[in-house]
Amino acid sequence: MTTRSSPLLSAARYLALALYLGFALFPLYWLLKIALTPDQLIYTEGTRMLPTLTTLENFRTVVFQTPFLSYFRNSLVVSLGTAAVTTLIAAGAGYAFSRFRFRGKKLIIGLMLVTQMFPLLMIIAPIYKMVAALGMLNSLTSLIIVYTAFNIPFATFLMQSFFDGIPRDLEEAAMMDGCTRFQALRKVVFPLTLPGLGATLGFVFTAAWSELLFALMLINSNETMTFPVGLLTFVSKFSVDWGQMMAAGVLALIPSCIFFIFIQRYLVQGLTSGAVKG
Amino acid sequence: MARMELRNVRKSYGSVEVLRDIDLDIDDGEFIVLVGPSGCGKSTLLRMIAGLEPISGGDFLIDGERMNDVRPRDRDIAMVFQSYALYPHMDVARNMGFSMEIRGAPAEERARRVAEAARTLGLDTLLQRLPKELSGGQRQRVAMGRAIIRDPRAFLFDEPLSNLDAALRVEMRLEIARLHQRLGTTMIYVTHDQVEALTLADRIVVLDGGDIQQVGSPLDLYERPANRFVARFIGSPTMNVVPATGAAGGVRLADGARIALPHLGDAGNAVELGIRPEHIDVVGAGAGDLEATAELVEHLGSDTNVYAQVDGLGPMMVRVHGNIAARAGDRLGLKIQARNAHVFAADGTALRRAERSA
Ligand SMILES: Nc1ncnc2c1ncn2[C@@H]1O[C@H](COP(=O)(O)OP(=O)(O)OP(=O)(O)O)[C@@H](O)[C@H]1O
Ligand SMILES: [Mg+2]
Repeated sequence: MTTRSSPLLSAARYLALALYLGFALFPLYWLLKIALTPDQLIYTEGTRMLPTLTTLENFRTVVFQTPFLSYFRNSLVVSLGTAAVTTLIAAGAGYAFSRFRFRGKKLIIGLMLVTQMFPLLMIIAPIYKMVAALGMLNSLTSLIIVYTAFNIPFATFLMQSFFDGIPRDLEEAAMMDGCTRFQALRKVVFPLTLPGLGATLGFVFTAAWSELLFALMLINSNETMTFPVGLLTFVSKFSVDWGQMMAAGVLALIPSCIFFIFIQRYLVQGLTSGAVKG
Repeated sequence: MARMELRNVRKSYGSVEVLRDIDLDIDDGEFIVLVGPSGCGKSTLLRMIAGLEPISGGDFLIDGERMNDVRPRDRDIAMVFQSYALYPHMDVARNMGFSMEIRGAPAEERARRVAEAARTLGLDTLLQRLPKELSGGQRQRVAMGRAIIRDPRAFLFDEPLSNLDAALRVEMRLEIARLHQRLGTTMIYVTHDQVEALTLADRIVVLDGGDIQQVGSPLDLYERPANRFVARFIGSPTMNVVPATGAAGGVRLADGARIALPHLGDAGNAVELGIRPEHIDVVGAGAGDLEATAELVEHLGSDTNVYAQVDGLGPMMVRVHGNIAARAGDRLGLKIQARNAHVFAADGTALRRAERSA
């Protein structure tokens, strides 16, 4: 790409970016706006861009007068657990797919793809039966297991592509330098896979954090309810309390944001540049 | 210090046989260069010696000890990769000292050895840089530094200079020659470059079609190639090979010319004559063995290349030392230096000379 381009072109580029950002961020703005608008103004002010009055009352109610914190904690446990377990397994499997030739490799890859083909709705009933038979309904563990199972194929392919991007020469050089295969993995491959691990963790975390369908089916008790299910309680309990629902939504964004801020430095590409020729 | 022996070493990937029956003895301190066309298995052989590739059959011994199942880390061999394979997340100093770090050498000894190697390679001022902040040539030096710091019993090089520009290549080639002189360690070196092969090697191993075609000193291969493949592969520009019929005391060429080859005992089953461009003299039209028209003449200063079309025989290249006045379109006579001519049988093997021309 040339560094110098006509001002008209770059103006157009910024305009396009601005439009896209506006489109992507507007719902978030609306979420925040309604969360901050006092209840009685939500309907009367309708689609005004800025509320005439703002209040933190909705947030206060959500945090102190609903089981929101418990939903939040449950979701955190489930999402972190799923992200950690999935990434661990996916990293191992992705490494094997990337580096080794073994019998049945094609079959396993094929099966993993097949699992991604069915609409989730089709398998909800069998999953429910299995979890019920194991006596694990209403437990966070069951959610972690189910989410892990569903996320492993994609996460594995993701990790495999990251391992594929690390030249094999590097590991071999490490082994020539005196490493065992495991040491080469730990000292050379692992540090270079951090962006991949970060991306996979982030992807799985967000997927688990916002999952509703299985959580709805497998969890009934208020104690183990995760956040997306808990959000629905605002509908029945308070006859759709928009303000509180939106306030809860805003709070739910926080962990995702923190998580991505935390891992974003690992997402920066180009860690492997300079490894090979030039 | 290492003596290496390869005994009937084979390599196959599934049903594809890449190398078969490789027999080779490498002396302690010898500089061996592996050459051959692309895909002939040079890298594969090197990687089997390194321990990075399992050996499908036969035995590989270092100092009399069977190495087939010994892990790379326990073979005490260093390797310089074509891609350099520097660790991108470590600075130059740590890259070079990594093998000592793994073996648990004390930090001050490591620092001393790194500084020493860096000085030899002119990397002193770059020790704190990451590989991505280095030029291609500097990366190459770091890769070399990483190998020499360990004082291994053998070095392996897989086309280490092929990513460098011409000037840097010459410089690094001399560097490697000096390194071998200084350390006297066994080295095995894969290259595509004739000049590297001829200048660096104690012995050259020519591989083709999964077999060793010939092993010998550079001069040996140049003067006494075992077969047509080696004859054409070694030497630049390439040897001219033309059809010929064996006759008493020499050969007859397709244009009817008779070349007397007194140094060959019997050329009876010859089907081809090989002659290097530098072993043909240009004489006046009618005065040589062959009549030709110059198609293109290149004046290189030190030499003159003449691409000639020989009557009744086809194209031939001639290289004459110094400058000659020939121009494209000129009629020339070509005189073949019979004692430097090679003759090949139908299966491609060279007919041996009866007596060695000293
Ligand atoms: N993992 C593999 N599976 C199957 N065949 C392979 C594999 N690795 C190499 N080969 C084959 O083995 C042969 C030798 O490969 P090798 O890399 O040793 O060639 P080379 O002589 O080093 O070539 P080049 O000069 O191009 O580097 C090639 O024909 C290649 O296709
Ligand atoms: Mg190769």
